[in-house]
Amino acid sequence: MTNPNGRFGIHGGQYIPETLMNAVIELEEAYNHYKNDPEFNRELTALFNDYAGRPSRLYYAEKMTKGLGSAKIYLKREDLNHTGAHKINNVLGQALLAKKMGKTRLIAETGAGQHGVATATAAALMGMECVVFMGKEDTERQALNVYRMRLLGAQVIPVTTGTATLKDAVSEAMREWTSRIADTHYCLGSVMGPHPFPTIVRDFQAVISKEIKEQILEKEGRLPDAVLACVGGGSNAIGSFYHFIGDEGVALIGCEAAGRGVDTFETAATIATGKLGIFHGMKSYFCQDKYGQIAPVYSISAGLDYPGIGPEHAHLHDIGRAQYVPITDDEAVNAFEYLARTEGIIPAIESAHAVAHAMKIAPQMGKDKIIVITVSGRGDKDCAAIARYRGEDLHE
Amino acid sequence: MNKIASAFTNGKAFIPFITCGDPDLATTAACVRVAAKSGASLIELGIPFSDPTAEGPVIQGANLRALTGGVTTDKVFDLVRELRADVTIPMVFMTYANVVFSYGAERFISTCADVGIDGIILPDLPYEEKEEFQPICTKHGVALISLIAPTSENRIAMIAREAEGFIYVVSSLGVTGTRSEITTDLASIVKVIRENTDTPCAIGFGISTPEQAAKMAGIADGAIVGSAIIKIIERCGRDAAGPVGEYVKSMTDALK
Repeated sequence: MTNPNGRFGIHGGQYIPETLMNAVIELEEAYNHYKNDPEFNRELTALFNDYAGRPSRLYYAEKMTKGLGSAKIYLKREDLNHTGAHKINNVLGQALLAKKMGKTRLIAETGAGQHGVATATAAALMGMECVVFMGKEDTERQALNVYRMRLLGAQVIPVTTGTATLKDAVSEAMREWTSRIADTHYCLGSVMGPHPFPTIVRDFQAVISKEIKEQILEKEGRLPDAVLACVGGGSNAIGSFYHFIGDEGVALIGCEAAGRGVDTFETAATIATGKLGIFHGMKSYFCQDKYGQIAPVYSISAGLDYPGIGPEHAHLHDIGRAQYVPITDDEAVNAFEYLARTEGIIPAIESAHAVAHAMKIAPQMGKDKIIVITVSGRGDKDCAAIARYRGEDLHE
Repeated sequence: MNKIASAFTNGKAFIPFITCGDPDLATTAACVRVAAKSGASLIELGIPFSDPTAEGPVIQGANLRALTGGVTTDKVFDLVRELRADVTIPMVFMTYANVVFSYGAERFISTCADVGIDGIILPDLPYEEKEEFQPICTKHGVALISLIAPTSENRIAMIAREAEGFIYVVSSLGVTGTRSEITTDLASIVKVIRENTDTPCAIGFGISTPEQAAKMAGIADGAIVGSAIIKIIERCGRDAAGPVGEYVKSMTDALK
């Protein structure tokens, strides 16, 4: 799907300072070498299976299916991975690649903290130094993850510029990378940024759809009718979609964070409210004003609180292969509570956006249909924030 | 010949950078006028952007103050129109790709030519992506200024051969901001540039003192100073023009 120049249709590219150009070229060359290297792939598969706990389960959510009187619902349990989210897939791949490239230090941005925790984990495992940039507001709403990163030996730098959330953490990580390149790999956490990151991250996350395909064929003998995943930058979604892109009968649905609604300014739904632009190294859709100033977006979910979307998603939207729908805070919180009570699974508030959309469409689909929801992460990190959302004075 | 070349025909060039609208557009206009009178060869005008990823904290602060004050691209064009009544030295914009893209590249660049902007510097538009705007810049005679960094190495010749206006040589790794010491082997970089083009080159990032400017101008054709000027504006606010003029004079004197 990636063109030679790192484009997905008109999206993607390498809109970064000259200082970083040789670094991304070196990364692309290394990746193109190692992705076909049997030894690299053997090591990565061993890390996936023995360390991260792959393959993750595909679970038939029978109570949810019967309760909704709906299409058959399966949950892809990325929440069961080591560190509690899909983020570990990409991080193990990038950390192993960085190590092969002779890098000794990983830097990363994080929103909810899941990517930061995953990066800190891989750094600890591989004996690398780790620095994580996290918006100050996010360090407060995800205090437990800050502690986890420190426990794992990482340094966490609260970012106070701009809106003090994920986009500012990305900007600060990029600034840090331009100041220290020789020993440092920027372990970008989503399918965004300059080429080759959207391709590298997608390839490491594509294990999700590879497994879904094998597992659903084994359980049902056929492909699903729809695959649903939440989308911020879009790494768990592209991972869930990738091996189904060629299967026209499988609807691919990305669930964006609408925050308080797409008709308010407190939203992070990029496809619903953004327009074409150039930011953070890529051409894609961004929430912005008429002069191109990036909008201060909002979502209850720190992981989806980003004003852009990965370039491959922008392209899948352009060509109509995937559909992107906005889900509000209220809908996501209801789904968070629903899945906890119905299936005994507490999803990440990010993943709850996908669960919420399934609750809308599954009852309309007919009981012979099959849908797969990727539960991208576990919701322990969100319990205090959801309690506060419901008016309980709970602090970690 | 693009007007920018005239900035480099009379000895070494001193190039001040000012963020438009920090703290307001009247102050920017006063600072530009006094800088021109104090011997600046070319002025770099920053159009503020919400997320300036190549800037250190000082210029980030200027961007934020300007945007909070309500500056827009249209108001910056109006400012340049007004300045062109009496400011004759070359002026270029320094901003980010999305500011140009969202305005409409054709509309942005043709307006640059119309109001008297001679070039644009976009730190997030490397050689590989310059086709985004280059044909439109060429059509309107606005120079799309290339940057060369300490990490450019094997890319220097390729970039230099197609450079126009002047080449912005980034002195150090990292983002903009004053530095006590510049350790990059800039002479080697400038040597490769000169083997490949006659386009003049100026060094920026980290320069604040007359001594540093003189040293950098000894290596290249000019010196660019941003954060040191923004610090004066941050400190003096609406009374910045006087101190900015004195500072620019001390720097241009050092380059004589």
